Amino acid sequence: MTKALSIKDLCKTYDNGTQALKGINLEVEQGDFFALLGPNGAGKSTAIGIISALVNKSAGKVEVFGHDIDTDLTNAKKQLGLVPQEFNFNMFEGVEQIIVQQAGYYGISRKEAKKRAQPILEQLGLWDKRDAQSRELSGGMKRRLMIARGLIHEPKLLILDEPTAGVDIELRRSMWDFMQELNREKKTTIVLTTHYLEEAESLCRNIAIINHGEIAENTSMKELLSKLDLETFVLDTTGLPAQMPPLNGYDVRVRDDTTIEVDVNKGAGVNGVFEELSKHNITVLSMRNKANRLEELFVRLVENPHGGPKS
Amino acid sequence: MNLVAFQTIVVKEITRWTRIWSQTLLPPAITMTLYFVIFGNLIGSRVGQMDGFGYMEYIVPGLIMMSVITNSYGNVVSSFFSSKYQRSIEEMMVSPVSNWVILAGYVGGGVLRGLFTGLIVTIVASFFVDLQIHNFWVVISVVLLTSILFAIGGLINAVFAKKFDDVAIVPTFILTPLTYLGGVFYSISLLPDFWQGVSKLNPIIYMVNAFRYGFLGKSDIQIGIAFAIILVFIALLTSFAMYLLNRGIGLRA
Repeated sequence: MTKALSIKDLCKTYDNGTQALKGINLEVEQGDFFALLGPNGAGKSTAIGIISALVNKSAGKVEVFGHDIDTDLTNAKKQLGLVPQEFNFNMFEGVEQIIVQQAGYYGISRKEAKKRAQPILEQLGLWDKRDAQSRELSGGMKRRLMIARGLIHEPKLLILDEPTAGVDIELRRSMWDFMQELNREKKTTIVLTTHYLEEAESLCRNIAIINHGEIAENTSMKELLSKLDLETFVLDTTGLPAQMPPLNGYDVRVRDDTTIEVDVNKGAGVNGVFEELSKHNITVLSMRNKANRLEELFVRLVENPHGGPKS
Repeated sequence: MNLVAFQTIVVKEITRWTRIWSQTLLPPAITMTLYFVIFGNLIGSRVGQMDGFGYMEYIVPGLIMMSVITNSYGNVVSSFFSSKYQRSIEEMMVSPVSNWVILAGYVGGGVLRGLFTGLIVTIVASFFVDLQIHNFWVVISVVLLTSILFAIGGLINAVFAKKFDDVAIVPTFILTPLTYLGGVFYSISLLPDFWQGVSKLNPIIYMVNAFRYGFLGKSDIQIGIAFAIILVFIALLTSFAMYLLNRGIGLRA
């Protein structure tokens, strides 16, 4: 089956000499929900810019649903919807005007565009604001406006570059629902970049991590998480002895008078931690994961790009 | 050609310049009224005849042309630059709109503002002078081609502009002097031979004179040459604008 997105040996060197992409290869299946992660300046936005014709590539090949951006750019663009990281609409134009105009650029008549705009705006909670100037919208509304704009031509591939940045938790959750529904009901392939690793973990089935312009990891979310060899737990206790005794088989770090962090190897289970602590008469009040599981992997991959996660 | 996209850009542009009418349509009406009162009535009455016409009657076509040039150019340069600045130009860049349609759409919007302003100035002028039209088709074709030419010029300026100041440099330091020295207020036959020769290097001379010919039937230059020059400039600037858009200069990193 044709890939929704196929990237081969993609390179980008900016005029100032910065090598943003050093030959990345990536494939996204049709219907996938794909996460593209990486620290700031890793090359995520450059890659998205090239796919959506906003940045000239230096070398390599990009195909969107089989349409090569070098030889069949028009058809490649028709398949693609983009929700960029920064607000890029005219602040003096109205909400509905922006969306209807965008449809017009795709050859969709004004009448048809207005018909399509209503359910999208309603679903994204912007219908009441359709006549408002876009600069009057709140930050979250502006982001949703960009999502509505990216969807008006019913793209088969939607790329969202940090869509939930600066959005409050409630709205973030509702945007997750929206994206999941889009992926499930309309079979829209979604590629998402995000800084919220929890977001990637809960939404995406496949993942690629970009670092220093190279793909550090490209696998399924399940596979990646299975590579996690240890997890860190934070334990709140009633009190710790003056000198924290070592726990047999576990690395322990004292955070304050009552809190410790314990590294637990994969498969070892946490029962042993409690047994060890009980031996020293330490009572545990509560326990939680120190970080999101993906975050631990991410940090490790990014800090040690060539070593990769230990299996 | 994606006609819906072309129409969308033109409508977007019209919406823009009508929304900010106090910055776009009102100033030329006021400025031109002042020109007519001061240069036409007060000073013009002492100037006497110019090429056999009353001074007011003589300057009207040039003043209309001046506002058409300024507004066609000004509309595209500020609108396109503002799209670049706010990055809303990316809305078009990610879509399948061809660069031809983008150019045609912006030029269409600029031409319509230029012509609309020209119409306003003509209406204002009709309060001061009894306007005669010698050749309607010359009037229409010259004003249309001139506004197309300067609208394309505005787009080229906007492509190169990196900050708001750059939008004003060409109009202030090139366009305004060329327009004032372009025979709006005088016949170049008043100049010594040498300066007549120099004046003929100014393309605006040809547009103003061809336009004046359409009204008065009198011109300092041959109409055929004027049309040829305007068309050659349009062809050159169109090619250059398309080259810039296709290469993504000032737009794509």
